Amino acid sequence: MLTAEEKKLICRFWDKVPQKDVFGAEALYRMFITYPQTKTYFPHFDLHHGSDQIRSHGKKVVTALDNAVKCLDNLGQALSELSSLHAYNLRVDPPRFALQLLSQCFQVVLAVHLGTEYTPEVHAAFDKFLSAVAAVLAEKYR
Amino acid sequence: AEEKQLITSIWSKVNVEECGAEALARLLIVYPWTQRFFSSFGNLSSPTAIVGNPKVRAHGKKVLTSFGEAIKNLDNIKTTYAKLSELHCDKLHVDPENFRLLGDILIIVLASHFARDFTPACQFAWQKLVGVVAHALARKYH
Repeated sequence: MLTAEEKKLICRFWDKVPQKDVFGAEALYRMFITYPQTKTYFPHFDLHHGSDQIRSHGKKVVTALDNAVKCLDNLGQALSELSSLHAYNLRVDPPRFALQLLSQCFQVVLAVHLGTEYTPEVHAAFDKFLSAVAAVLAEKYR
Repeated sequence: AEEKQLITSIWSKVNVEECGAEALARLLIVYPWTQRFFSSFGNLSSPTAIVGNPKVRAHGKKVLTSFGEAIKNLDNIKTTYAKLSELHCDKLHVDPENFRLLGDILIIVLASHFARDFTPACQFAWQKLVGVVAHALARKYH
């Protein structure tokens, strides 16, 4: 459960992320490079650096996260449709594992952009937040 | 060979003491259950206490120094870690999952220090390395 303090940190530092569109694309690209097995979910994509598809998909993901940050008190509801999508259509498998890999990559990009501002407290808050998002997305798997 | 280059070029710029201390502190802060292995370390009651704790710093340095050994022996990591693996199993009783967590944290610490220089290719090489180290440490478990 996110504490009040952690929610504040998440909102504050999420706002500090520059160029959110690019941020999403960067996290996705890093995930494809660092964990090649994740490419198996995107056989129809051009996965080269800077590809339009990665960029637009990154933007989609960040928009969803943006929405989640605005609804920290009710992630279940905010992400309900996406949860169904991931469970029934996309079936990203194993449910928690692959999403964890993307979470790690988002945190790497946050650390790259925020540097020393990505303190242990901010790190902990985001790790919790991204885990919570992944858990909601995995809720309907079975 | 390229990956080894990416690893050693980052490593040459790492302050082992600072980085080790930071990685271990973050492990204890972001994943508080890991504190169970460090009950003799004294005050771990808050992020500030953990970051300032001299035993945490010293142990972080030890852990990362040992990492340095792996980097010097990239072709022989399993042998390098054989004894440490037995230690972590027989004496320390550490669940190997924790090695993966520390590895992920180290990646984030490197990202926050090296920013753009911690390219996706670097992340890939380092993620591979921490995976191999974690595997080597878990190898002698029985």
